[in-house]
Amino acid sequence: MAEVAYVSASRVFAGNPPVRAVDQLELDVADGEFLVLVGPSGSGKSTALRMLAGLEDVDEGAIKIGGKDVTNVPPKGRDIAMVFQSYALYPHMTVAENMGFALKLRGTSKQEIKDKVAEAAKMLDLTKYLDRKPKALSGGQRQRVAMGRAIVREPSVFLMDEPLSNLDAKLRVETRANIAALQQRLGTTTIYVTHDQVEAMTMGDRVAVLKDGLLQQCASPRELYDRPANAFVAGFIGSPAMNLKTVPLTAEGALLDGLTVPLTRSALDKASTEGLKEVTFGVRPETLRLAGADEEGMELTVELVEELGADAYVYGSVRIGGVPERFIVRVDGRTPPAFGQNVKVAVRDTSEVHLFHPESGARLEV
Amino acid sequence: MTIESLPIQVQAARVSLRGKRSMGRSVALHATLTVASLIAVFPVFWVLVTSFKPDARAVAPTIRLFDESSLANYRDVLSGQQGDFLAWVLNSVEIALLTTLIAVFLSATTGYAVSRFRFPGSRKLLLSFLIAQMFPFAVLIVPLFNVLLSLGLQGTGIGLVLVYCTTSVPFCTYMLKGYFDTIPTDIDESGRVDGLSPFGVFWRLVLPLARPGLAVTAFYAFLTAWGEVAFASAFLSASDESKTLAVGLQVFVQQNRVEWGHLAAASILVSIPAVAVFYLVQRFLVTGLAAGAVKG
Ligand SMILES: Nc1ncnc2c1ncn2[C@@H]1O[C@H](COP(=O)(O)OP(=O)(O)O)[C@@H](O)[C@H]1O
Ligand SMILES: [Mg+2]
Repeated sequence: MAEVAYVSASRVFAGNPPVRAVDQLELDVADGEFLVLVGPSGSGKSTALRMLAGLEDVDEGAIKIGGKDVTNVPPKGRDIAMVFQSYALYPHMTVAENMGFALKLRGTSKQEIKDKVAEAAKMLDLTKYLDRKPKALSGGQRQRVAMGRAIVREPSVFLMDEPLSNLDAKLRVETRANIAALQQRLGTTTIYVTHDQVEAMTMGDRVAVLKDGLLQQCASPRELYDRPANAFVAGFIGSPAMNLKTVPLTAEGALLDGLTVPLTRSALDKASTEGLKEVTFGVRPETLRLAGADEEGMELTVELVEELGADAYVYGSVRIGGVPERFIVRVDGRTPPAFGQNVKVAVRDTSEVHLFHPESGARLEV
Repeated sequence: MTIESLPIQVQAARVSLRGKRSMGRSVALHATLTVASLIAVFPVFWVLVTSFKPDARAVAPTIRLFDESSLANYRDVLSGQQGDFLAWVLNSVEIALLTTLIAVFLSATTGYAVSRFRFPGSRKLLLSFLIAQMFPFAVLIVPLFNVLLSLGLQGTGIGLVLVYCTTSVPFCTYMLKGYFDTIPTDIDESGRVDGLSPFGVFWRLVLPLARPGLAVTAFYAFLTAWGEVAFASAFLSASDESKTLAVGLQVFVQQNRVEWGHLAAASILVSIPAVAVFYLVQRFLVTGLAAGAVKG
């Protein structure tokens, strides 16, 4: 078990222009922590993970595992185990051989390998399949073998690169819970890569959000949701996504169509010291509500209603400065408005409104 | 496409074809295939039949399956009446096996390097392999002769092995590169994380997975060396005991007379090792050739 640190680590791929796949990454992962790297496709998650594994060069900065600088140590010297998206099982070996391979290379005795493999197999419900080759297994079973191969080694760090993306939706949810439980039980430091923010939010002790190789924010799921550091994180975390619109500022607050959302004095002061006439205004669907006809509210034309049983999400357009803008509102699932209807929308709780700089996207602290 | 999924798909396709074909089409197909097989097998069969006939009867105007047939030709050939047949066999086996060994080793390592590592000139290297394949054998004889002379290897078996390698290594490298390309690099990386050195990855993961490709390569290298005549007659010393089989067979073809019976018997004997090698590797040939054909 060990802590992990990226010390302004970069990976630059040659090209014209060169791609900074991971750019000056600063990240400390505590011993036993479950850290999720999340971001859209191409944001550098896999590259960051592979740098830690020693499969990718580190062009600038350093990588530390257990306090030791491993920047130039080959993968075999890093005491890590990795679960690949494709599982990368060895097709010519049985499940037991796959799981015991790393131990065999280390010179562990046959009996000990057998015991450890049997134990891991029991944990993962694979005992019946130990003598099979990977091609005779289902997707879910292969995934578990890949997990087993990592567990058997008792490494100081687990690395997982989208290990669930080849499973069907139901199995994915199930396996997600199993992996999280397993990690808690073993207490092994884990770095987990995914592009799925739901996976990130449900599994991670902390979640690091990457975009274009740059770390946007690393915080607990709660913190990420409640206080996103910038507009990108705000839009990326949460489903359906936060409503993010650039709107004009007035002396009282943010001016939406027919609705002035009052902002705190400090927020308005901050905006005025920065000389902002506009602000990126963010409000989650659940922070909006349908308003009565006599209340102040924005006029929303319903374009789509997504009914999920208890709740429904209303997608509609609001004219802001004459331009129709898409808004999403969470409403009671039993009385949703109908398609084409015009409804009034108000903010449920103005303290849950997020403000970001209209150009840099940085959070305006309030 | 993963490697393990390939045979399953092939099987599935076969099953569904068999299930759907109508009776008439089935008969027509089988008839066509039978005729084609007969055409393919007949020459071999006729050589076999001829090998038991005396030279004079072999080309007699009346065509008969058996015509004073006996094992006499085989006895003559093996007893070394007209040349040291057993020495030729030994030479051929040595040269072909050595060629196979060297060619498979070189092309496997080269193919792996070209498939996995980006190094300056890796594409050019592959292209230069193709260039070596563009020249007809006849053009190559003189330059190769000069090279062998300057190395002091002209007239030796080792020299001939090197010559065979110059023709088979490029082709085999191409084949194996194509095969290695079908093995996902995730497997290599997984092996490295599990504790293998880069060479360990090659030896313990990639080579075992490339067995079909290696079998095809070995088969190809063996056959090029086994049946080859032009290089063997140019680069081996003319003494009878250093000839290979394919060269030695020429003793049965004299200026104004061909000993058809003996020639046929010797040919049958020559083909036995080739058939044996084929039999050994045939299990892998279908997948190997298919993978090579799709990617590579
Ligand atoms: N071997 C490579 N050569 C060049 N560019 C690469 C290579 N690997 C990744 N990249 C680039 O680096 C960026 C990050 O890739 P990656 O880490 O795979 O993203 P993610 O896993 O977040 O989808 C992408 O723009 C990708 O095109
Ligand atoms: Mg990735």
